Amino acid sequence: MTATATAKSADERLVRTSPLRKLLGRPELGSVVGAVAVFVFFTVFADSFLKPTSLATVLYAASTIGIMAVPVALLMIGGEFDLSAGVLVTSSALISSMFSYQMTANVWVGVGVSLLATLAIGVFNGLMLTRTQLPSFIITLGTFLMLTGMNLGFTKLISGTVSTKKISDMEGFASAQDVFASTLTIGDVDFKVTILWWLGMVAVATWILLRTRAGNWIFAAGGNKEAARAVGVPVTATKVGLYMGVGLGAWVAGQHLLFSFDVVQSGEGVGNELTYIIAAVIGGCLITGGYGSAVGSAVGALIFGMTSKGIVFAEWNPDWFKFFLGAMLLLATLLNHWVRRRAEAST
Amino acid sequence: MARVRTGVRAVGAVLAMALGVSLAGCSDTGGKRAEDARKAAAGGKAAVNTPRWTFAMITHSGDGDTFWDIVQQGAEQAAVKDNIKFLYSHNDEAQQQAQLVDTAVDKDVDGIIVSLAKPDAMKAAVARAVKAGIPVITVNSGSAESKKFGALTHIGQDETVAGQAVGEELNKRGHKKALCVLHEQGNVGHEQRCDGTKDTFDGKLANLYVDGTNMPDVQAAIEAKLQADDSIDAVVTLGAPFADTAVKAKESAGSKAEIDTFDLNEAVATGLKDGTLGFAVDQQPYLQGYQAVDLLWLYRYNADVLGGGQPVLTGPQIVTEKDAGDLLDYAKRGTR
Repeated sequence: MTATATAKSADERLVRTSPLRKLLGRPELGSVVGAVAVFVFFTVFADSFLKPTSLATVLYAASTIGIMAVPVALLMIGGEFDLSAGVLVTSSALISSMFSYQMTANVWVGVGVSLLATLAIGVFNGLMLTRTQLPSFIITLGTFLMLTGMNLGFTKLISGTVSTKKISDMEGFASAQDVFASTLTIGDVDFKVTILWWLGMVAVATWILLRTRAGNWIFAAGGNKEAARAVGVPVTATKVGLYMGVGLGAWVAGQHLLFSFDVVQSGEGVGNELTYIIAAVIGGCLITGGYGSAVGSAVGALIFGMTSKGIVFAEWNPDWFKFFLGAMLLLATLLNHWVRRRAEAST
Repeated sequence: MARVRTGVRAVGAVLAMALGVSLAGCSDTGGKRAEDARKAAAGGKAAVNTPRWTFAMITHSGDGDTFWDIVQQGAEQAAVKDNIKFLYSHNDEAQQQAQLVDTAVDKDVDGIIVSLAKPDAMKAAVARAVKAGIPVITVNSGSAESKKFGALTHIGQDETVAGQAVGEELNKRGHKKALCVLHEQGNVGHEQRCDGTKDTFDGKLANLYVDGTNMPDVQAAIEAKLQADDSIDAVVTLGAPFADTAVKAKESAGSKAEIDTFDLNEAVATGLKDGTLGFAVDQQPYLQGYQAVDLLWLYRYNADVLGGGQPVLTGPQIVTEKDAGDLLDYAKRGTR
């Protein structure tokens, strides 16, 4: 045994890589460089950017995107998209609000129902995808449109207006608000609790990806579906699980919307799915699947938060925001691509 | 290297020629030069010597919205006059708009102007501003919530009142069956306008939802509705850009319905003048921006508040053919 091991030490899997090379191989490296650049940039050009309260605002903005960018990134690593992720957040908020109100139930009941519903929508997406073999683009585009319509349709049908009724005077609201939308004051700076949710999700997702069997399945399913299936990876279960993960993220983000704003507008959320995908891509996820990280999606969300709020702190004309974002996306992707090529070439 | 230089020279020559042609071939009317002249005439100097305060305006406008452009225009002109540093930002997602208000508070501005299209979403952000001692004025939408949230005053149009004015005007014009075209599902103000019209209109009013971001769809939807029901004798659109589309839809449907609209722009003023449009309800967006900045300045300078706890209404002002001449000029310069 020992003889074979030494004989096979030329095997590329057993080659010791230097820490530097390992670092270069990390998917989020490019985005970290990008994030530092953006941070320095706004520190120089926007006076109030470095104030603790400003940073709290930036972190809050990043967290609201980041909570969804984590499961969306995992899904992308698994080789799929979810275009329904943006409106699913709104659906999640609408479901808990309307269920609690109509049933005059404790708010937590609505929260629970909403969790079941978002997970079910995830299962629906996953099963449709694996059963029909259609591209996820088509399947989730369908879900996206149906959810958009249902959000408006059901809300109008049930509450008669385009927004939900107030539920802040109902039982359980205060405790649910503590969980999903409270503020933590450190010194005299208010941090939103979503930041904790976000960091927690990044930690859990990173653990799943790097330390569990499911993590290997995700990489394998996104890298080469057929090959993965051939070596016994449960591809169907993995993909359904990933879509349920998006449902879970949407549930958290949706509950935050509901409990911080009390009333939910049924027409919101459209377009946000792209924001999440952009955050994941800036963070080093490959559009083609099989490569990326949860930490990267968090850095991507942070870049998004810094840019969207930094432009305001710098007092620039917001008309240019989209241009700036597009340039950032291109730069980050190019940088990622370059770093990865260098890393691959040197192994 | 030599080839690159020739390339640069060639580009230079083309640019020079283009510049020459454009200078020689100047238009004597209209264009950028006329606009610049108008701007110069409007003046760009502060009329007061109060400190240079910073006011931030955060609206729920989408990207490239003409209505909010006029609001911004009014605010900017008042800011120049009042020696105010004016910052503008906008987002049509409530959560994003609230975060923008947060950034203004972080920046410690001297006054905040905010629109409350989705009031509950803005509540916490406005409260944070008030708590930080920043005076807040609400504009456009949110007249019911403004005071509750701790704002100094609200400047805008009461949407229900505006709708009621439309219903009365429709009665005056003898209409029997009208169509209310909503171009944004989910906008509370839009619902209030149509409901207000329903309140006072003696005839029948039907709502039609269209996708405002997709003009061909808007036209097709109105066209189909007019073809399906030829007893409709009036179409009310809720935004100026849609009036023109409704006219096109009416023509291709061969309908005799009168097209009326909320809000004003150059095309609507032209339409009123040549009779393709019946009337328009103007809420004077210029005034909403101008008054908001001016009132914040007055509050800072003199602790003045307008409205006595009631919203300051900028509309509805019903405008028809007889006002069209002047309005067209003002709409052209982007202030009506």
